[in-house]
Formats: sequence, C-alpha cells, structure tokens
Amino acid sequence: MSLKFFAAFFAWIPAYAGTTAQPQPLKSGIEFQSVDVQRLQADDFGNPGMLWVTRGEALWKDKCASCHQDAAVSMRGVATRYPKHDAALGRVVNLDERIRACAARNPAPVALALESEPLLALSTYVSRQSRGLPISVATDGPAAAVLARGRDIYFQRQGQLNVACTQCHDASWGRTLLAEKLSQGHPADWPAYRLEWQTLGSLQRRLRACYFGVRAELPNFGAPDLVALELYLADRARGLAISPPGVRK
Amino acid sequence: MMLGRVQVPTTVRKGEPFEVRILVQHPMETGYRRDLNGQAIPMNVVDKLACRIGGREVFSAELGSGMAANPYIAFYVVVDGPGTVEVEWSDDRGERGTVSTPLNVT
Amino acid sequence: MAGDAQVRRRAFLAITALPLAARAQSQRFQPAQDVAPLLQKLTGGVAPERGGVEIELPQIAENGNSVPMRVKVANPMTPQDHVSAIHIVAERNPRPLVATFHLGPQSGRAEIATRVRLAGTQKVTVIAALSGNRFRMAQVDVLVTSAACLDESM
Repeated sequence: MSLKFFAAFFAWIPAYAGTTAQPQPLKSGIEFQSVDVQRLQADDFGNPGMLWVTRGEALWKDKCASCHQDAAVSMRGVATRYPKHDAALGRVVNLDERIRACAARNPAPVALALESEPLLALSTYVSRQSRGLPISVATDGPAAAVLARGRDIYFQRQGQLNVACTQCHDASWGRTLLAEKLSQGHPADWPAYRLEWQTLGSLQRRLRACYFGVRAELPNFGAPDLVALELYLADRARGLAISPPGVRK
Repeated sequence: MMLGRVQVPTTVRKGEPFEVRILVQHPMETGYRRDLNGQAIPMNVVDKLACRIGGREVFSAELGSGMAANPYIAFYVVVDGPGTVEVEWSDDRGERGTVSTPLNVT
Repeated sequence: MAGDAQVRRRAFLAITALPLAARAQSQRFQPAQDVAPLLQKLTGGVAPERGGVEIELPQIAENGNSVPMRVKVANPMTPQDHVSAIHIVAERNPRPLVATFHLGPQSGRAEIATRVRLAGTQKVTVIAALSGNRFRMAQVDVLVTSAACLDESM
C-alpha cells in the first residue's frame, strides 16, 4: 500500500469527526448569573454596555452609514455568522477584525486597535443588530482547519493548573467553583460589560481571563489561537440566541 | 464631552411624579486600583450632577468613588407644564457632560 | 443657587476627607470603621429617628463593584414637609460617604435608585434630611462576595 493510499484513506477523518457536540440543554451564560445581573442585562436603558452601543451608533453614522446605510437592516444577522473566513483577508476572522479591516479600507481610513474603545463600540453596536438571532457559523471549506484547531485547544489541558476548557464547561457547568457558578462557556452575549472589569470587553478579553484562571500564558489579542477557539465555541453554541451587550459579574 | 444617556417616560402627567433615569460613561477611578505595572491609577470621579427643567434645578447629587463605574442614578420629578429635562455633570478633572430630552406632558 | 451648591460641595468634600485607615497601598482586608462621627456631621448633631426609610439592597451582592440600591422615604414632599437630602454611608468603604442626593418639593417623591460600590460585607446606612432640621435613618446588612476597591481583576 502506497503512502498516498494511506494519506487518502485517513484524509476524510477530520471531515467526518462529527459535528461539534453541544451541552444539553443549551443554556446561555446569563442563566448562571444572579437575578440582579440578569435584570441589568435585560434593562435596555440601564445596561452599562448600552453606553458602548450609543457610542457605536454615533461612530457608525459618522463613518459607516455612507456605505452600509441603516445598520438595523444591513448588519442584521451579521454577528451570528462570525468568526468566518474572509476571502479578502485570506483567513478566518472575528467580527472585530472584520470591522477593523473595513475601517482601514474606508475612503477616509481609520486605524482601530484591537480592544480599543472605538472598536469595542462599533463591535457592540453591530452585534446588537443581531440580538435575538441564533448563532450560525460556517465551518466548512477553509474554516474547517481553524475549527479543528479550536477543538484541539478546547480539549487541551493548559496552564499550571493543567485544566482543559471541557473539564469546567462540559463536565462541571452549573456547579460552583469558589464564588462562581460555572457556565457552559458560550460566546452568545459578547461583547459584555463585566462588573469585575468595570467596563465592557470583547470575548477575547474574557478568554484571556480564562487562560489567566488556569495560570497559562495569555495569548495576545488577535492571536490565531483565540480566533480558532472563538470559532469552535460559536459552533458549539450554534442555535443559541445572542443578546449583546451582555452583563457578567 | 462625556457620554451620557437619559430616559423619561414617553408621556408624563402634570402634577404626577415621574422617574428620570441617567447613565453616564465614566470609569469612576477610586485611586486604589493598580495597572499591570503596579502603578496606582489616579483617582478620577464624576463628583457633581444636576438636573434642570426650564432652567430650574430639580435634583442634584454629590458623588464619590463609592459610586459604581458608569454611574447610574434614577430620581423623581414633578412638573406642571411642558419642558425639557437637562442633565449636566462634571468630574474632578473639570470634564463636563450634558444630555437632555424633551418632556411630553399631558 | 450657585452659592448654595458651592457650600454644599465644600461640605461634602470636607466630610469625605475625614481621617481613614485606607491608604493607596494594597490592602487585603478593609475593616469596618466607626461612622458615628460622620453621621453626627451629616445631621449637625441632631439625633436621627429610626424608621420611615426603606432601603432596597440585595442580601448577597455577588460583586461589590456594582450593587443596585433603591432608597424610599415615606414623605408628602410638600414645601412644608419634604426630604431635602439622602446620604448613603458605607462603613467599610475606604471613603464611607458614598453619595448625597438633593431633593425637594419639586421631586414629588422621595425615592432614588443607583449602583454603589461596596468594599466588602458591611452595614450600609442611609440618612434622610428633612425640612425643619429633622433626620431619619435606616441601616441594612449586605454580604459582599467580591469586594470593590481591593480585589484585583484581570
């Protein structure tokens, strides 16, 4: 049997490794928060994250509306499809990176640093236009390899505590760790206002905090591994309705 | 100019108290937090806020670092005619912010 | 009016500068302080009556950085009889005087809601100043699992 035969024989395995398993029943992170935090997230006025939506709306009107018109129409459903493979950029990107690339291509280009206030504002505003819609990411074609990488990371023990994501968020969700109720680890309500940060942050900031939690080296913002993990988490949460900006403790 | 949001009921009745809600974007730095290099982040708080309707002050507050970041305040007001709710605030660095909304009075 | 505001503000700042145990260095434990002198200053020495002040605070605050709070004072809010101020005092915060809200007959209702920081499990005190140099007071215990001001965050 030639090497080529073996390569061809095993090549289909990643594609048939099965669709990403989902926790049952599927529960958004907000269900694991206290009543006060739930009320705060549901408060369309008082939700602190709405300040970023307000700012994002102003930025949109100033820089984006000339091409993209009314965000409620043009951006509806967009956030639920990210991360996704972007043909122009030649790689899988999350929504923040896509907005950033668009801003750089703008007739009056704007440089938006990752995790900067203007980018968070735009990202939150755009994500908000998909509130209530289910996560639905594409994982075929060029995204398949990135999904596989995300899955590897999710199941890989990491850090000084030597813990993998699955051990908390699949095996132990709903149980209490120190003062926290472990959630299923879904990306549905991000970007979110975290009471601990006293500000709004991206999903990548939250994932970095997870790495910190297991005492692992933090990947940089924009690291391909973080995007891969975001894609895996999105596929794992497919069908879950998003509700940004979230509020978390 | 600091960002803020104000909310009042869609319609209010003369002589009937209604709730005004304010949300201001501000870190309300206590002066006790440290950055990743261990340096104390200097104190910076919104310390004064006032609400006027028709030029008349109807509510004010003195705030400190004991207020949560992105301060939220809700209070009641009663009016006897139409007007605009104007809210102004300032922080300990002299930064100001203002937001207003008209009242639909029946 | 502006002069009044200046005087009120100076009084507020003077009160917040009262000597406290807190310093800018890291503290792992912030003890409750004796706020009696602060309360005395807020009432000008007048003994506050207990009751008539309702405080809504969660029994357990999961994160001390943002604790929702509502204060209601039963009062007709007329020119002759009204609440003129509501003070919030947190005995364990590095700066115990959290906020002062100024009301009057134009408020219609003596009720405010806000979000405060609580630096650990403690008693929160509310003093309501009423027209005619009267004062009312109420206190509530709050359990705080993650203290504001002191616990680091990532």
